[in-house]
Amino acid sequence: MKRYKKAKICSVWSVIPAFILMAYIPGGPAVQAAEDTIKIGVIGPMKYVQGIHHLAAAEIARDEIMAAGGISVGGKQYKIRLVQADSNEIASVTDAVNAMERIIANEKVDFIVGGFRSEATLAMMEVNADYKTIFLSCGPASPDLSVQVAKNYNRYKYWFRGGPPNSISSAPSAFMFIEMVAGAVRKELGIEKPKIAILADKALYIEPAVKMLESQLPNRGLEVVGTWRPSFTASSVMTELTAIKAAGAQMIFTYAAGSAGVAYSNQWGELKIPAGMFGLNVEAQRIQHWKNTEGRCAYLAMTAFFAKAAATKRSIPFYDKFVAKVGDTPTSTASSYDAIWMLKDAIERAGSLQKDAIVTALEKTNFEGAQGRLVYYPNDHKWPHDLQWGPGFVTMFSVQWRDGEMKVVWPDGSKAIRGVRYEGTVDYKLPPWMVKK
Amino acid sequence: MLSGIIVNTLVAGVIYAILAIGFSLIFGVAKILNMAHTALYMVAGFIIFIGLQMIGLPLYLCDILAIVLTAILAMICYRLVFDRVKIQTSAVMIISIALAMLFQELLLMQFGAQPRQIPPFIPGYFEFLGSRVTYQHIFSFASFLALICAIWFLMIKTRLGKIIRAVSEDPEVSNLMGINVTRISLITMGISGGLAGFAAVIVVPLFTLHSLMWISPLVTIMAVVVLGGLGSIKGSVIGAFILGFAETAVSMLVPLGSFLSGAVSLTIMILVLIIRPEGLFGVAFEEERL
Repeated sequence: MKRYKKAKICSVWSVIPAFILMAYIPGGPAVQAAEDTIKIGVIGPMKYVQGIHHLAAAEIARDEIMAAGGISVGGKQYKIRLVQADSNEIASVTDAVNAMERIIANEKVDFIVGGFRSEATLAMMEVNADYKTIFLSCGPASPDLSVQVAKNYNRYKYWFRGGPPNSISSAPSAFMFIEMVAGAVRKELGIEKPKIAILADKALYIEPAVKMLESQLPNRGLEVVGTWRPSFTASSVMTELTAIKAAGAQMIFTYAAGSAGVAYSNQWGELKIPAGMFGLNVEAQRIQHWKNTEGRCAYLAMTAFFAKAAATKRSIPFYDKFVAKVGDTPTSTASSYDAIWMLKDAIERAGSLQKDAIVTALEKTNFEGAQGRLVYYPNDHKWPHDLQWGPGFVTMFSVQWRDGEMKVVWPDGSKAIRGVRYEGTVDYKLPPWMVKK
Repeated sequence: MLSGIIVNTLVAGVIYAILAIGFSLIFGVAKILNMAHTALYMVAGFIIFIGLQMIGLPLYLCDILAIVLTAILAMICYRLVFDRVKIQTSAVMIISIALAMLFQELLLMQFGAQPRQIPPFIPGYFEFLGSRVTYQHIFSFASFLALICAIWFLMIKTRLGKIIRAVSEDPEVSNLMGINVTRISLITMGISGGLAGFAAVIVVPLFTLHSLMWISPLVTIMAVVVLGGLGSIKGSVIGAFILGFAETAVSMLVPLGSFLSGAVSLTIMILVLIIRPEGLFGVAFEEERL
C-alpha cells in the first residue's frame, strides 16, 4: 500500500514537469486527434435551415475528402468524424455559448465549423478562444468577428471565417448590384435619379452595411426615401411596404437573413409593389421559395453565396451535390463545405496537428473553394482571418426568380467587376408591373 | 401616408381583435390567463398546412378541421391541465406558457423552423385611398364583422350565452343556482380554442407560418386585453384597434423604429397597468363582460 501511495505521488509530480514542458513545446498545444480520426464539430441552429445547411455541406466535404483517402498528416491518413451541436442561436445566444462549451469540453472536438448569427458567433468566439480550438465560422457576416482578431491576435487567432466575406468587404458587390438595378430603372422607366428604400432586419450584422448604404447611395445618383427596420422574425411587413410605396420608391434594397424574408418577398409580390425588390434574402434563396409563395416571388432578385455558375471548378459540382442531397439550394451556412476543405488543406500543408502550425497554414490559404478562390487578408489588415472579397477571390452572385428558376444575373461583366461574368448569366429584368406599356 | 395609416390600422386591429377576443373570453369566464392561446392559433395554422400541403385536402375543409380540432385541443388542455390548477392564477399562467412551448417544440421537431406560407382564400389586391389592400384583408375584415355579430348573438340571445355571462359575473352564485360551472368553463375553453382556430383561418394567409409565430402576437394581445380591460370583449376589440394604430403609426412615421412596434405595445400595457389597472374602459366594461 505504501509503495502504491509513493508511486501515485511520484506520478503526480511527474505530471507537473510534463505540463511545463508542453507549454514550451514549439507550436503550442496540439489537437487531440484520437488514433486515426479528426473530430470536427459542426455547430449551428440544427432545427433551422441554416443549421441543416451547415451539416449537409460539411457531410459533402467529409465524404469527398474520405473518398480521396482522408487527411494526410506526416504520412499518416486521418479519417474525419463530424460531431453536430445544436446552437439554437436564432432563439438564444446563451444556448449557443453552452453548445460551444459542450462540444469542446465534452465531445473533445479538434476543430469547429458553423455559427450563423453574428451576435451568437461573437459570444461563441470567447469559448473557442478560451479553449484555443480552431473555429471557422460559416454564415455570420459581421466584420466585428475579424476586428476581434485584429484587437487581440493572441487570444482570437484560432478563429477564421469559412464564408461568406464580411458584409463591409463585400459591400461593393451590393453597390454593383444596386447599380445594375438602377441602370434598369433609368433605362426602362426613364428616371434619372431613382428612389430607393432600404428594408432591413434589425440585426447586428447589418448595422454597418445599412449605415454605409445610407451615406453612399446619394453619391451614386440615388435618392434614399427611407430605411425600414422590422424585426428579424416579422411575420408581416405590410405596413412597411405600404410606407415604401407611399414614399414613391422604384427600388427596395433588402437585408433579410431571418424568417421575415418570406414576408418581404410574398407580400411584395402579392401587392405588386411598383418597385424592384432586391438585395439579401436568405429564405428567398431556397429552392422551395417559388412553390412556397406560389410564384409571388417572381422578379425578386437576391444575393446568393452559391449559384449554378462556375466561379471555380468546385462551384457547380458542389451546388448540384447539395441540391441532390438536401433538395434545397445552399445558403451562406453551406460555406462549411469550403471550411472543411480549407482545414484539410491547411493541416496537410502544416504537416502537423499542432494548433499554431495549423493557424499559420490557414493564414496562408489560397484555395479554390465552391465560393471562389479563398484567400485571407494579411495579419496586419484591419480584418485578419477574414476572406478577401473581389474579382479573383470570392465575388458572390446575384440571382433573380424567373419562371420558377433562380437565374444568375450578377456578376454581369460590367467594368466595375472587371468584366467578370460567369457562364450561364442572364440580364436582370425589372418586374413587368413596373414597366410602362 | 395618412391613408396608409388608416388602412393598416384597420388591418392590424382586425387581426389583434380576433386573437384577443378568445383570450379575453376564457379569462372572463374561467379566470384562466391562457398564455397558450396564440400557440393554439399556431397549431391551427399548422393543421391547415398539413391538410393542404401534405394531405391535399381542399382549403375550406382544412379550415373547418383547424377550427374544430383546435377547439377540441383547447378542451383537452382544460380537462387535463387547467381544471386541476385553475384556483391558482399564477400556476395557470406558468402551465399555459409551458404548454405553448411544448406545442412549439413539437412543431419544431416535426416541421423544423422553415417559414411556410398558406395561400389566401382570394388572391390579389386593390387600391384603397392610395394604399394596396389584399382581398384576403377584406375577407378578414368581413369575417371579423361576422364573428362579432355571432359572438354578440351567442352571448346575448342564446341560453348558453346567458349561462356563460352568469358564470363570468359570479361563478359561486351560478353554482348555487344549479349551473355546472366546470362544464361551462370547458365549453368556453372550446369556444376560445375555436376562435384561435378561426383566427388562424383568416390571419395565417396574411402572415408567415413558423413555429415561433405565437410569441409576437401573444405580447400584443396581452397588451390589447390589458388596455381594454381584462375579460371584456368589447374592451379587447377597442384596445386592438388602438394598438393597431400605435404600431402602424410607429412603422409608418418612424421607419427606423419599425422593429419597436412590439415594444410600443408593451410600453402601453405597462403604462395602463400603472395608471389604470382595470383598463381604459374601467368597471363599467368589467361588469358588462361584453
